Amino acid sequence: MTAVMEKAPAVRVVAKRRRRRDWRAIGAFTVLTGPVVLGLGLFKYVAIAWSFLLSFNDARGTITIGHWIGFDNYAFLLGDDAFRTSLTTIALFTVFIVPITFVASLGLAVLVNSIRRGKAFFRTVFLIPAAVSYVVAALVWKMALFNGLPSGVANVLGGLFGADPVPWLSETSPPVYWVAVVTLRLWLQVGLYMILFLAGLKAISPSLYEAGELDGTTKWQAFRYITLPQLRNTSVAVLLLILIAAFQAFDEFYNLFGTGLSGTATAPVKPPLVYLYDSALGDQNYGVGSAGAFLLTVLIVVITLLQGRFVGFGKKD
Amino acid sequence: MAVLTVPRKAPKYVLASVLAVIFLLPFYIMVRNALMTRQQVSSPDWSWLPDPLSWVNFGDLFADASVPMAHSLWNSFLVAIVTAPVGTLFGSMAGYALARINVPGRRAVFTYVLVTLMIPQSVTFVPTFVVVGSLGGVNTEWGIIAPNLFSAFTVILFRNFYLRFPAEIEEAGRLDGLGYLGIYRRLVLPNSGSMIASLGALMFIESWNAFLWPLVIGQDPSSWTAQIALSTFLTAQSVNLPALFAGALVTIAPLVAMFLVAQRFIVSGIAASGLKE
Repeated sequence: MTAVMEKAPAVRVVAKRRRRRDWRAIGAFTVLTGPVVLGLGLFKYVAIAWSFLLSFNDARGTITIGHWIGFDNYAFLLGDDAFRTSLTTIALFTVFIVPITFVASLGLAVLVNSIRRGKAFFRTVFLIPAAVSYVVAALVWKMALFNGLPSGVANVLGGLFGADPVPWLSETSPPVYWVAVVTLRLWLQVGLYMILFLAGLKAISPSLYEAGELDGTTKWQAFRYITLPQLRNTSVAVLLLILIAAFQAFDEFYNLFGTGLSGTATAPVKPPLVYLYDSALGDQNYGVGSAGAFLLTVLIVVITLLQGRFVGFGKKD
Repeated sequence: MAVLTVPRKAPKYVLASVLAVIFLLPFYIMVRNALMTRQQVSSPDWSWLPDPLSWVNFGDLFADASVPMAHSLWNSFLVAIVTAPVGTLFGSMAGYALARINVPGRRAVFTYVLVTLMIPQSVTFVPTFVVVGSLGGVNTEWGIIAPNLFSAFTVILFRNFYLRFPAEIEEAGRLDGLGYLGIYRRLVLPNSGSMIASLGALMFIESWNAFLWPLVIGQDPSSWTAQIALSTFLTAQSVNLPALFAGALVTIAPLVAMFLVAQRFIVSGIAASGLKE
């Protein structure tokens, strides 16, 4: 009752404000959104427009527009074996990393969620690698875990099972470097996605499981027919986040397979961003660098939309 | 649930413990190698613990003239300590306006912000380099900081937060004669503490660990962040391995401490950022 009576004058105040074409509101809105609008304008809109124009220019060692060459930069990229190889590399990487990270983070979340005592401890342990940068992780992976020496941790562990030492980062047939690349990212990221799944698990009503118990479902059935469908939205978000992050992989490839002379030669593994970095910053060819950025952006947007489509279809089944 | 007996629970704890050991292994390696002598770390025989403890590696790390580690750590600190609060404040301001101040054109501004989310962040390093470079931001700290102060993602998360913000607080401010900006500054901002802490912590972690952009824009050693210095160290001609691992430890220490102290905020920040629409 009192609530209703209090509402009436407030509504009148709002109505009066409306009529005045509230300049004070417009001023406040401008001040509050100003920094972000200007910042995004400069660093996103202007930058992308400029770069888009550059991609149709011969822009070697310059960022000024004027030497129009049509689609030559795009043609060069698509005809360049190194660029096409980088696309294959990232596709392979995605094929490995997406399902593995998804299953591992879901598994960890279910495991941690089912633990009563020590739950916080295990959650912290699985999350803490997220505090580590890719550079530091690459350092540990390259110089200790997978350094290829007999004293490298992976080879010491392999030795326990009688395996010969493996030069993890330089061996290309078979390409065992994938083990290093995938485990590195898995270690760094799996805790983040575990947190998302834990939040999703927490939101599932316990009454669903109670109903399931009355129907005599097994644990596996409960997971398959209650947990998984209830985690649908979380799963879609997690898949998308893993996929987009995978396509932008740079740090670990740059540091694991860098051209530095750190004693051991490494396999020449370059994803698209490393290729772009080399052509834009190494060769100072901003035209090709820009064209590559656009090709990659289009690729990511298309894949994102396709995945949305694919998942959308699944929903209707 | 109470039916579960101890033996049935045990495998779960065994599995979790084994996984915990695996997850902690790289940390152990870092500490072990950072405290070994150069001979010990490259010895073909495996040893579990450094003997004797070689603390001198930390001194060597900062004494190495080719890698300005101390200055790089300072740069990292500067970048993160500016980016996190300023970026969070900008995000909160815009998020609040988009959620609660109804003016013509609000929808358009929201779309303008939202569209930039579609473009993958790191792919735009070439365009951003073109702009920041032409403004004279190469090899400067502000060049590293500026593009990361404006996060569409943070704006959207704050907008979602303020859409659920209790209207009573604003009404009270209005009755006290506060204008829009006064309400935001005196009532809304002080009541956004948890959200600011969560997203601020994430931004701090992100800028401390950032690699691609600082690498692109900070080519001179004077503008290196700790990540760039470590990466250079890693690919240097003759590597002092124990000092390298000492550098890794020093670089991750602030964030590991933060994860242990402010985990509540970090976890809720991660959870919020995964649930974007």
